[in-house]
Amino acid sequence: MLNGGVDGFTGGVTSGPVERAVGTQNLLGADLPAGELVPVPRAPEPRVDDAEIRAGDVDGWGRSEHMRALARLLYDPMYRRWFRVEWEGLENIPTEGGALLVGNHGGAIPSDAPVVMHGIETELGRPVYGMADNLFRSLPVIGTLWSRTGGVPAHPDNAYRLLHDEQQLTLVFPEGTKATGKLARDRYQLRRFGRGGFVEIAMRAGVPIVPLAIVGNEEAMPIVFKSGRLAKLLNIPYFPVTANQFVFGPVLGLIVPLPAKFRIRVLPPVYFDAAPNQERYNRSVVMDHSERIRAQMQAAIFDLLRGRRSVWRG
Amino acid sequence: MRVLVTGLGTFWGSKLAQRLEAEPSVELVVGVDTREPVVPLERTEFVRADSSFSILERMVRATQVDTILHTHLVVDSTQESGRALHEVNVIGTMNLLAAAGAAGSTVRKVVVKSATLGYGSNYTDPYFFRETMPRTRPAKTRVERSLLEVADVVGDFAEDNPHVSVTVLQFANVLGEHIEAPIARMLRLPLVPEILGFDPRLQFVHEDDVIGALAHATLRDVSGVFNVAGEGTMPWSEVCTILGKRRVAMPPVLTALAAEPLRLAGLVDIPPEVLSLLRYGRGVDTSAYRKAGYRCQYTTAGAVDAFARGLRLQTTVGEPAYHYERDVEDFFRHSPAVVRDGV
Repeated sequence: MLNGGVDGFTGGVTSGPVERAVGTQNLLGADLPAGELVPVPRAPEPRVDDAEIRAGDVDGWGRSEHMRALARLLYDPMYRRWFRVEWEGLENIPTEGGALLVGNHGGAIPSDAPVVMHGIETELGRPVYGMADNLFRSLPVIGTLWSRTGGVPAHPDNAYRLLHDEQQLTLVFPEGTKATGKLARDRYQLRRFGRGGFVEIAMRAGVPIVPLAIVGNEEAMPIVFKSGRLAKLLNIPYFPVTANQFVFGPVLGLIVPLPAKFRIRVLPPVYFDAAPNQERYNRSVVMDHSERIRAQMQAAIFDLLRGRRSVWRG
Repeated sequence: MRVLVTGLGTFWGSKLAQRLEAEPSVELVVGVDTREPVVPLERTEFVRADSSFSILERMVRATQVDTILHTHLVVDSTQESGRALHEVNVIGTMNLLAAAGAAGSTVRKVVVKSATLGYGSNYTDPYFFRETMPRTRPAKTRVERSLLEVADVVGDFAEDNPHVSVTVLQFANVLGEHIEAPIARMLRLPLVPEILGFDPRLQFVHEDDVIGALAHATLRDVSGVFNVAGEGTMPWSEVCTILGKRRVAMPPVLTALAAEPLRLAGLVDIPPEVLSLLRYGRGVDTSAYRKAGYRCQYTTAGAVDAFARGLRLQTTVGEPAYHYERDVEDFFRHSPAVVRDGV
C-alpha cells in the first residue's frame, strides 16, 4: 500500500527522468532508481534546437550578421561615393570553399579592411572575416563593435578554424602594423610579410591564397610624422600625426579618411602542392611562397600606380 | 572496478558517487572528504579525512582500489583563502598521486576534474583553446596558478607511471540548478554585472554533463587531457537576455577597484579571474573528448536555457524543492512499517 504510494509519488513527479536513471535492486526490492526514494527534482531535458533558445545571432567568432548588415548599410555611401571603389578580377575569388585573402595594408587607421570586406560581401554575397591585431579586442566598445562586424583576432588557430573547419573567406594583412605605421614617403613599398605564417596556415587548412593589390589605402590617411616615445608610453604600435588632422582637426583626423580613389586588383589564386593538416611545413618552402606572393603583389601595385593619373580621381 | 572518490562531500563528489553506484561493474565506492556527502548514497563508504589527504596511502593499500576520481580541486576562489586553496589543490593532489603511485599500489586509473580556468582569459588568446595550447599570459591569480601546478604534478605522475591511465577533464564554467559557482551566483542576482564596452564570448557546460563526462572517463578507456564544454559560445549580454536579467555596467578601467565595494557590501564577490572572464571571455575546442566518445547533452545555449528554466522555477517556488532528509530516507529504507515486495 505504502509502497504503491511511494512508487506513484516517484513516478508522478519525476515521470520523464525516472526512465533515464538506472534502476538497481535496492532494499525495497522494487525497481526504484538508486537513491530516489523521495522524489528529487531533475534538471529539465535539453532542448534539441539551439535556435529556439538563442536571443541573438552572434556566432562563435563574435560576428553578428544583423550588425554586419547594419554596418554595410552605413558604410555603403563611404564605399561608393567617398572611395568610389573599383575592382578588377573579382572572378578570382572562389564562390565556395575557404580561401585566404591577402592584401597590402596602408594608412594610419587603414580603410582597406572595411573596403575589401564590404566589397566582397556586397558583390559576391559571401561573408568575409577580417583578421586584425588582437589589440582591438582589448578596447572597450570599439573592440565589441569590431568583433560584431566581422573582426577576428589574428591568431593562427583562429585563421585555421575559419579556413579549414568553416571554409570561410578570411582576410589578412601579413605586413601587420609595420605597414600601417609607415610614413607617407614609404607608401606602397611592401614591408616584410611576417615570417610567412599566412602561407603555412593556408597549407595546413588546404585552401588557396588569393592575393589582393590595393591602391588608395595609403592616401586615405597618410602619416606625416610619428612619435616613438608617445607610442611606447601609451603601449601602442605607433603614434601617428596624419595629414587628415591638418584638414579635419586633431580628433576627426584620426577617424575621417581622405577621399582617395580605391582600385583593387584580385590576382589569380595560389594553390599549394602540400598535404593539409601537417604538424610542420618546410620553412624554406613556406618562405619561398611567401616571397613569391609578396613580389606578385608588389608588381601588381606598381602596375596599378602606373595607370593612376590622379590620387583622388583615379 | 573499485573506486575511490575524493571530495565526496562536494556537490560533484556526491553526485558522481551516486552515478557510479548505479553501475553494476563498479564493485566498491569509497569516498573521502572533510564533510559529509550531500546526497543520499546507497553503498558508498564515507571516510572523513583532512583536505590534504595524508591518510590516502593507507587507504589505497587497505581498500585495494584500482581507480581514483579526484573531484576535489577548488576552482571557485571565493570559497577558500589563497593559502587553503593551494593546500587543497596542490598539496592534496600531490598526496593523492603519491598514494596512487606508491610501491605495490593497485591503482590503474586516475581521473582528475579540473577547469578551463587554467587557460585564463586575455586579449591575446585564441578563440578556442585546444588541449595542446598553453595559456598566452602568465597566471596572476592564486587559483589559476594552483591549477597550473596541479597540471604539472599530474603530468609528471602520468610520465612516471605509464601503467596508470591518467585523464584530466577541464570543464568550462558550469551552469545548473544546484551548482554554486561565481558565474551562476552572478546570474542569480537581480542585476547582473558586466564590464562597460565588453561583451565576452562564454562557454558553459551543464552540471549533468560534468557528471556524465566524469563517469565516461571512469568507465571507458580514455586517457589524456580533455576540454569538456557545451557546443558553441554565447555573448554575456545574450545570456542575460535569455535569463530576463538587467545588466549593470562596471567601469572598464580600475574594474577590480569598483568590484571591491560590492564585495564589502556583501552583494557579490567577483574575483579577479572572473573579472577578466567578463572582459575577454573564453572558448575551448571540444572535439578531442567527442572523439573519445562523449558528447555533451547540453550545448552552451542548452545549458543557459536549462539554467533559465530552473531559475524561473526557483523564483516562483523558492529555493530547491528537495532537501536530503536522512530520517525520511532511513524510514523508507529500513523501517519495518514499510511494506516491501518479496519480504
